[in-house]
Amino acid sequence: MKKFIIGMLVSNQSGVLTRISGMFGRRGFNIDSLVVGVTEHPEFSRMTITMTGEDYDRDQIIKQLEKLHDVYEVREMLADEIVSRELVLIKVAADRKTRQEIMTAANVFRSKIVDFSTDSLLIEMTGESSKLEAFIELMKDYGIIELCRTGVVSLDRGATCLKNK
Amino acid sequence: MTGADIIIETLIEQGTEVVFGYPGGQAINIYDAIYKRADRIKHVLTAHEQGAAHAADGYARASGKVGVVIATSGPGATNLVTGIANAYLDSIPVVAITGNVPCSLIGRDSFQEVDIVGITMPIVKHNYCVKDVTKLADTIREAFKIAKEGRPGPVLIDVPKDVQIADIPFENKPILPEKPDPIVSETDLNAAIEMINASKRPYIYCGGGVVSKDAGKEVEELAELIDAPVGFSMMGLAAIPHSNPRALGMIGMHGKYSAIKIKSKSDLIIALGVRFSDRATGNKNAYMPNAKILHIDIDPAELDKNINSTLGIVGNVKSVIAAINKRLEKTERPYWQNEIENIKALERTIPEHKSDMLTPYKVVDTVAAAAKPTTPIATDVGQHQMWVAQRYPFEGARTLISSGGLGTMGFGLGAAIGACMATNERTVLFTGDGSFGMNLNELATAVSQKLPIVIVLMNNGVLGMVRQWQTMFFNKHYSQTTLERKTDFVKLAEAFGAKGMRANTPSELEECVKKAFASDGPVVIDCYIDKDERVLPMIPPGGTMDDLVVE
Ligand SMILES: Cc1ncc(C[n+]2csc(CCOP(=O)(O)OP(=O)(O)O)c2C)c(N)n1
Ligand SMILES: [Mg+2]
Repeated sequence: MKKFIIGMLVSNQSGVLTRISGMFGRRGFNIDSLVVGVTEHPEFSRMTITMTGEDYDRDQIIKQLEKLHDVYEVREMLADEIVSRELVLIKVAADRKTRQEIMTAANVFRSKIVDFSTDSLLIEMTGESSKLEAFIELMKDYGIIELCRTGVVSLDRGATCLKNK
Repeated sequence: MTGADIIIETLIEQGTEVVFGYPGGQAINIYDAIYKRADRIKHVLTAHEQGAAHAADGYARASGKVGVVIATSGPGATNLVTGIANAYLDSIPVVAITGNVPCSLIGRDSFQEVDIVGITMPIVKHNYCVKDVTKLADTIREAFKIAKEGRPGPVLIDVPKDVQIADIPFENKPILPEKPDPIVSETDLNAAIEMINASKRPYIYCGGGVVSKDAGKEVEELAELIDAPVGFSMMGLAAIPHSNPRALGMIGMHGKYSAIKIKSKSDLIIALGVRFSDRATGNKNAYMPNAKILHIDIDPAELDKNINSTLGIVGNVKSVIAAINKRLEKTERPYWQNEIENIKALERTIPEHKSDMLTPYKVVDTVAAAAKPTTPIATDVGQHQMWVAQRYPFEGARTLISSGGLGTMGFGLGAAIGACMATNERTVLFTGDGSFGMNLNELATAVSQKLPIVIVLMNNGVLGMVRQWQTMFFNKHYSQTTLERKTDFVKLAEAFGAKGMRANTPSELEECVKKAFASDGPVVIDCYIDKDERVLPMIPPGGTMDDLVVE
């Protein structure tokens, strides 16, 4: 099993997300994350999908996506040609005794404390998913109250880009 | 012009001559627009929206044009669902138009409101809910383009009532050009030629894509050039004439012995417009381990989806084969022809089961003798369908109208109505007592339209296909497959205003068929056949050639 990242431009209309996620469900494709947002062009939204599977799964996903009328461009994004980022908001239990330690860890991971209360800290962190996961693992010891991850977004390095056909 | 008028004007602009459908509250404006244009477009009122959807599908299969169906919101729209799925699985170009509640009422569980766009999303090529009347005409134009181009399929357009009422100017536009066919590289063509030239035992495997792209002539030419036999999936059956001696017949679960056996000896499968469905391939892990596979299809997602090919080419089968043919030199393969002849000879020694009663093959043969090469042959789903697929000598492309991918019992009568209207030819429907029971209400439509449809009912008193599996795999536990109905199909036909006849013996059937083929409107011939007749040969599900059951 390998991890794949797929980038795509889709039409910025209601129902497009349903169409795409519905197709994944129907064909039994398993995806790890799906992020969608508007782009510099009002007609298009951009999606980044991460998935775990074999080459066959990746090829089928891309080919089936290409057939959807709302999908303008879709391709695999190779890890060493792109920058990928994910953001997590994580609320950790923190009292007088543990607060300083958590803040130090947060600092080492270059994350930000965005809210502070007597018994918790809310931390924002951006980075590659592996870094987020390491930090989340670390925070388990202190007690994670809740957390929320955005899923991965990716762009090609250099001048390459996902152009509308 | 109102949105409703625009819908019908755009359909006419797109070349639509016939629409099938059923009115209702949220489609009443559309029906008013039809009323005003009765001289320019024909509407066929069916008994049920499912029948209308199958009719549009049958119309498209027989004519190669886009079939159009109209229904109202809610139950009208949901009644289309099976028909849309059927068209989707067989890649048939259909445009479905549904009315819906006004935009202001959408999402409030209003009377007869369903989210038909959401419901049909997984069974359409694309669908729309048009909430802006200025986009209505262009959406319909785009829907036709999408339905036809590349790998065809159904498209649904949902039109809320306020959009049907809104009034804006309308202008006709030229038909949108279809997406150009994918360009095939010289490298791929040369690789294909090399594979073919290196093959000692090439075998052409022909699917629905060949019918859909009208590529029969090119396939015949290829077979001639490389001295190869041609086998078919059910969807590809009528792609080249049965009278061509290279045509072997159907392969797959209920394929012909020779077609399957010869394929198993081949070292190169040239797969044209097929999707290697499980019914056609059996156990895909043991599929032709020693053969190379050259797969040509317009849909890139079909390459390596079910079966890995040695070489896959994305393209229109018609132009790709034409390009290959141009580069090929005629080659004879006498040793291969020899093997083929031997297998065919062996097949002839398999005794055909004889009976004084009506056997299924006798029914098919009798009808075939009366029909023309151009007669559309519709079927329902079950044993009778397989007997027709195995036995009927299809001569013309688009003469077989049968539900392949979805296997929809109840498809046949609606589809026969559509095919009959598309071709203006006397049309035959082979149906079973189970299937006919599902949608026989469309007899009313066939009568009101005065359609010359010969309905050949293979009446075995059972859900024969399921019963056959129960016989073979479930210790004859005939759970819910014995119909024990008392339906009198002759009286039933007469009650609908059609003709009814009954045949118990071969000679009675001949008599009935003669009369039926001289009648004007629809005729039902109730043919009694034995409930224990089986469809053979059979490769059990997931099996291989080695598991073939012949008798
Ligand atoms: C709508 C639908 N329901 C159920 C089935 C499952 N099924 C496949 S064949 C068959 C029996 C068909 O009976 P009949 O039409 O009498 O044909 P026969 O096999 O007897 O020739 C059934 C129930 C189906 N294909 N379609
Ligand atoms: Mg039956």
